[in-house]
Amino acid sequence: MSVALGEVVVTAHGIQKWFGPLHVLRGVDLEVREHETVGIIGRSGSGKTTLLRCINFMEEATVGRVKIRDIEVVADPLHSSSRAQQEQIRLLRLHAGMLFQEFNLFPHMTVLGNCIEAPMRVKKVPKAQAIETAEKFLTKVGLIEKRDEYPPRLSGGQKQRVAIARALTMEPDVLLFDEPTSALDPELVGEVIRVMEELAHEGTTMIVVTHEMSFCREAADRVIFIEEGVIVEEGPPEQILDDPHDERTRQFLRRFLSSNSDAIDAAAAAAPAAPALDAVRAANDASQGHG
Amino acid sequence: MTAIGQAVGNTSTTQLLKSIVAANRRAKTRYRLIYSAVWAIILVVLAIALGTTGKIDFAFIQKWGGFILGGAGTTIVVCIFSITMATMLAVVGALGRLSSNPVINGVASFYVSLVRGTPLLVQIFFIYYSLPEFKIVIPGLEAGIIALGFNYGAYMTEIFRAGIQAVPKGQREAAEALAMPGNLVMRRIVLPQATRIVIPDLGNQFVAMIKDSALVSTIGVTEVLNNAQLAGSQGLQFTAAFLVAALIYWGLTIIFSTVQSWLERRMARGDR
Repeated sequence: MSVALGEVVVTAHGIQKWFGPLHVLRGVDLEVREHETVGIIGRSGSGKTTLLRCINFMEEATVGRVKIRDIEVVADPLHSSSRAQQEQIRLLRLHAGMLFQEFNLFPHMTVLGNCIEAPMRVKKVPKAQAIETAEKFLTKVGLIEKRDEYPPRLSGGQKQRVAIARALTMEPDVLLFDEPTSALDPELVGEVIRVMEELAHEGTTMIVVTHEMSFCREAADRVIFIEEGVIVEEGPPEQILDDPHDERTRQFLRRFLSSNSDAIDAAAAAAPAAPALDAVRAANDASQGHG
Repeated sequence: MTAIGQAVGNTSTTQLLKSIVAANRRAKTRYRLIYSAVWAIILVVLAIALGTTGKIDFAFIQKWGGFILGGAGTTIVVCIFSITMATMLAVVGALGRLSSNPVINGVASFYVSLVRGTPLLVQIFFIYYSLPEFKIVIPGLEAGIIALGFNYGAYMTEIFRAGIQAVPKGQREAAEALAMPGNLVMRRIVLPQATRIVIPDLGNQFVAMIKDSALVSTIGVTEVLNNAQLAGSQGLQFTAAFLVAALIYWGLTIIFSTVQSWLERRMARGDR
């Protein structure tokens, strides 16, 4: 938000996706400009994750085309396994880093190994330079002291931060986040969100599928609400989140916020139970003492 | 009041925990004792039963035991070479079975079907006795290694295939998102993880192979069973000779099973 937006980096045009008979995306157009952070919200099954995955062809759209920088790929489901198409998709992916809900760090490589594997073997960066870049980004996400650790020994939040560093080492033009905090324990969400907010404020181009409304409010330049495979409404976060024009957006936000406050109510209701239990235990102990 | 109660409660809890630990330890010791006793009793009963038949000549075992045991070296050599060959075939076979190319997939599944559908002994005879008719002469030891490797390669193809499929889909996706080309994804990300998954099965295959390697005695490879047959016919003491052979195989499988479980424990302790 603090960096002025530049030229268009990502263009997705006319994206449609069928899973068998299911029409998951019904024609989506999306343009993202340099330094822009776009938050995509919507209920589960709305197609938001599929849209994100169509951008780097993790999922090949049935119809549509995607352009990132100078690489354009046209969806061609009849020839998706052709060598030329596969190579074009790979070139597209060089421009787009992706973060997954389940982090997907390589468990058999150290944190550093995770971060230098693709730069060295894909971009042919010399090892010393790859290590230097990796250390720079590991420092940025605050995990340089874990560089020789194996991923299974990290917490979920740490894993996601390493995954962010790993994606950054490829120096992509855009980062695609697929619900990056949904698999995390609530107390670990903050550390990942903080790193993402820092990136957004520095002007990293990002597309973020998320349920974290506070992140959208704090860091997004634009929020997109998707329902039933179409963009229902988009605009600045304060407008979408506080003053949505479309009834469907309003309904989604109302339900979303009330389900969250339900959780808070439940936690508050549970809280007094703990001291009560302690009192019972103390009483038990006391009676045993007398016996 | 509460403080006193808790203090007293803590003491009694400590005592209770101590007695639970002690009771558990006693139960475990008892279990082990009975377990070992059962083994010992069965062994002794079997030994006495065999001894009373009068068919076991201890002088014979003293004289020929070392000779039969000498075959164990060959048995192990055969197994190590065969398992190496089988592993290489299995990796290639598994990649073939998972290939989207119908030619490659067809060749790989034909290999698996043919080899798993015919007896190992027939395969050994074919390589040793039939190939010479086509002017391909392979000495016994090499023929045995090839036959075992070829045979186990087919079974292990399926093991590796399952191992590759057991690597989470997200691993492949993460690598692809980093723009890694397909061969690199397989070589650097999927196969190393698949290998870890199949290592316990690989150990089982090796132990099974120690026993199956006895079949190569039929083509004159001087391993344990072949030596036992020779010794038995020399002294007309077949029961004693085969008993020694059986004990040697048993000992070998126990040793390698132990090594295997030790290796597995060590790997589990690592980073996983």
